[in-house]
Amino acid sequence: MKLLKLVPDNTNIRFLKWRNVAMAISLLMIAASILLVMVRGLNLGVDFVGGQTVRVEFRQAPNIDQLRQQLSLLADGDVSVQEFGSNRDISIRTPLPAGNQAAADRAAERLKSSIHAHYPSATISSVDTVSGKVSNELLRTGAWSLMLAMIAISIYIWFRFEWQFGVGALFALFHDVALTFGFFALTQLEFNLNIVAALLTIIGYSLNDTIVVYDRIRENLRKYRKMGIVELLDLSVNETLSRTVMTSMFMLIALLVLLLLGPDVIFGFTAAMLLGIFVGTYSSIYMAAPILIWLKVGPDSFVPLAGSEAGPTPPEDKNRGAVV
Amino acid sequence: MLDFPRWKTSLIWLTIIVGALLSVPTFVPPSALSFLPESLRPRVNLGLDLAGGSHILLEADIADVRAERLSAMERSIREAMRGEPGSADDIAIGELTSSVNAVTFVVRDATKVDEVRDRLNGLTTGVALTGQRSWDIEVRDTNRVVMTQTAAGLSSFVSEAMLGARDIVERRVNALGTREPTIILQGSDRIVVQVPGLQDPQELKNLLGQTARLEFRMVTDPNSFNPEDAAQGRAPVGSEVVPYASQPGFEVVSRQVMISGDQLEEAQQGFDQDNSQPVVNIRFNGQGATIFSRVTRENVGKRFAMLIDGKVLSAPSINEPINGGSAQISGSFTTESANTMAIALRSGALPVKLSVVEERTVGPDLGAESIRKGAIAGGIATVLTLSFMLIVYGRFGVYANIALAFNILMIIGIMALFGATLTLPGIAGFVLTIGAAVDANVLINERIREEIRRGRRVFAAVETGYKEASRAIMDANITNVIAAALMFVFGSGPIKGFAVVLTIGIVTSVFTGVTVTRMFVAHWLRKARPSSITI
Repeated sequence: MKLLKLVPDNTNIRFLKWRNVAMAISLLMIAASILLVMVRGLNLGVDFVGGQTVRVEFRQAPNIDQLRQQLSLLADGDVSVQEFGSNRDISIRTPLPAGNQAAADRAAERLKSSIHAHYPSATISSVDTVSGKVSNELLRTGAWSLMLAMIAISIYIWFRFEWQFGVGALFALFHDVALTFGFFALTQLEFNLNIVAALLTIIGYSLNDTIVVYDRIRENLRKYRKMGIVELLDLSVNETLSRTVMTSMFMLIALLVLLLLGPDVIFGFTAAMLLGIFVGTYSSIYMAAPILIWLKVGPDSFVPLAGSEAGPTPPEDKNRGAVV
Repeated sequence: MLDFPRWKTSLIWLTIIVGALLSVPTFVPPSALSFLPESLRPRVNLGLDLAGGSHILLEADIADVRAERLSAMERSIREAMRGEPGSADDIAIGELTSSVNAVTFVVRDATKVDEVRDRLNGLTTGVALTGQRSWDIEVRDTNRVVMTQTAAGLSSFVSEAMLGARDIVERRVNALGTREPTIILQGSDRIVVQVPGLQDPQELKNLLGQTARLEFRMVTDPNSFNPEDAAQGRAPVGSEVVPYASQPGFEVVSRQVMISGDQLEEAQQGFDQDNSQPVVNIRFNGQGATIFSRVTRENVGKRFAMLIDGKVLSAPSINEPINGGSAQISGSFTTESANTMAIALRSGALPVKLSVVEERTVGPDLGAESIRKGAIAGGIATVLTLSFMLIVYGRFGVYANIALAFNILMIIGIMALFGATLTLPGIAGFVLTIGAAVDANVLINERIREEIRRGRRVFAAVETGYKEASRAIMDANITNVIAAALMFVFGSGPIKGFAVVLTIGIVTSVFTGVTVTRMFVAHWLRKARPSSITI
């Protein structure tokens, strides 16, 4: 049986030749993302700004402008009316009225009865109400968990490899997270709690990739002690290229299917992950690896192993697999 | 590396079989396995976002607690200073007022300030571990006493009160006849209530929104005060002005509580026999009935007021002594609100006022739709992955595919075992796990290909492939567990569910992707002894 090979054997692509250009583009993208978030802002969901989201399923696609007009008279502030998933599923977001819970309940009742009056066949599929206090907490803990995840993971890499690798991983993760934020600012997809979960997963996945490349770099640093660092990084990336492509393929399959056929409610979540696969793979090659050059990683960064020059693979080192 | 002694093989198969068996109850209707005891048929719980239902987060209203404690302290101070009129025990005080966080009063006779301080000390308690007392006592300008609530005192009061509040919330939720509600304390001042299947949580919110502190008090003799003063909120000594709950107007009532909700034995919604209006029929316990009977006997012809949460519901006249301890509360009820009130009274008064700070309700259709679409997506993703794996890695792909199938069953089995909840992001996590689980096999198989290319013999290539790839697989999965752990710690509800699926998936996929496939490969290599392999 002839097996499919997506990547030919023994590729020798000079990935790192473009490292300066790539780095410039990456930095530009990060800057653009930050700018986008600052200028356009994120479409923060009620999880993070407080308020009420009512999701309504209509029998027929309603006229959004008309709906917006019908509803705008009901709430004290801005009413945001958006499609999600399909044009029959509408998400209506209103700020919570000032005052007590009773006022909020009344506002929700008004909204629901207005929808029932105008569209008798519509059904309310979900209601989310989050007070300002809780949304502030969710925002704070969300931000903390992202930062802690990046730092904790980088520290782990530092322990398992060397400090330069930790810095490289942190930088690559920052790149991925920044670009995902930029994507949400650009598309104005709702940024909610689920997206934080998506970001944490992207961090995990991107790191998967980075670790595979780093692991090979470390192995090659021990093996080819006289090789130039750029050449060695290229070799490592090429050696792991087949795996990178294959795994990315599998992830893309899973996520594309989920995006096209999966539940509408997690559309933003899946979109974020899909983007994360691309930026995560890219950043492992063009962010995480070149930083090692600038941080002067060389064969001396690791304790040489006896006889490493002799054979193609170093002898087994019992301690190496130990988890710190 | 490729050496698998019999005990090891048996252990691996045992793990797989147990994991897979644990997943069975989730796939079959509960009735099909009813011959097994409950503990032997664990099922994966569906989160509210999939099953539909209501999630309500209640928080103690700290401002209310603060105010309540201030007025309680005012009452205690008055009582502590009272003695036989004219005796040395009786200490005259005045200008008793409360500000935001403190009660202030003046001791008329400045020489008694020390005595006052002693008595006030008896009203405060030490707060465990903090070394602080629940109230600070301070004397200003020789005879002005200021008692301030300490933050420690307030928070220890709240966290203790929340324990009681949880039980009462549980009683009230259960009274609504909902199925399998979850009620748990969160932090020191919050309660999470989750009711699967509940569509309209308004009734539940109404029920939990009232403290339900019932008090019967005598209405003050209308001849003892000027109605105009009362209209402005000024009441004679020992009385206070209390507004009506659902209509304009007020009553001037005694500060002294004749009988309170603590002494209730029963509360039922009913109808008034004369005008068929919805009412709440209550009955006091023995002690309460005795008091009620005595007070009504002594006060025939006067009026008493029924108060709930500091508002007057009604103030009927006492036509005759009421024996037996039964009474009827009326006051602009609907059948529904009377029923809610009856439940609230039965369950007892909440020790703290609770307010809803977060509410999430999902209809059953949306949840069912999510499950259906999630299952379709999961199924297609699995089939595509399996076929792709087969095309790319041949025999080694088959091994990886069998391992993947075990992996899926084991994730479900372990989730069921731990009673984990599958949420909507959890479904995504599941689909993602399928994608990520094959990464381990991709890493291994690519490495084997590479070693073969380098001219290694089959055994050595496979052995090196597994060994070299395992290192990266471990590192990568540990970092993923770190991310998942942070999601679990910081995330709420659905995200926690996602983190759980992710973590279980990571553990099982390392087991199936590395250990199980290695066992298959080793078995084949030993039996077939191939001199070359296609990979």
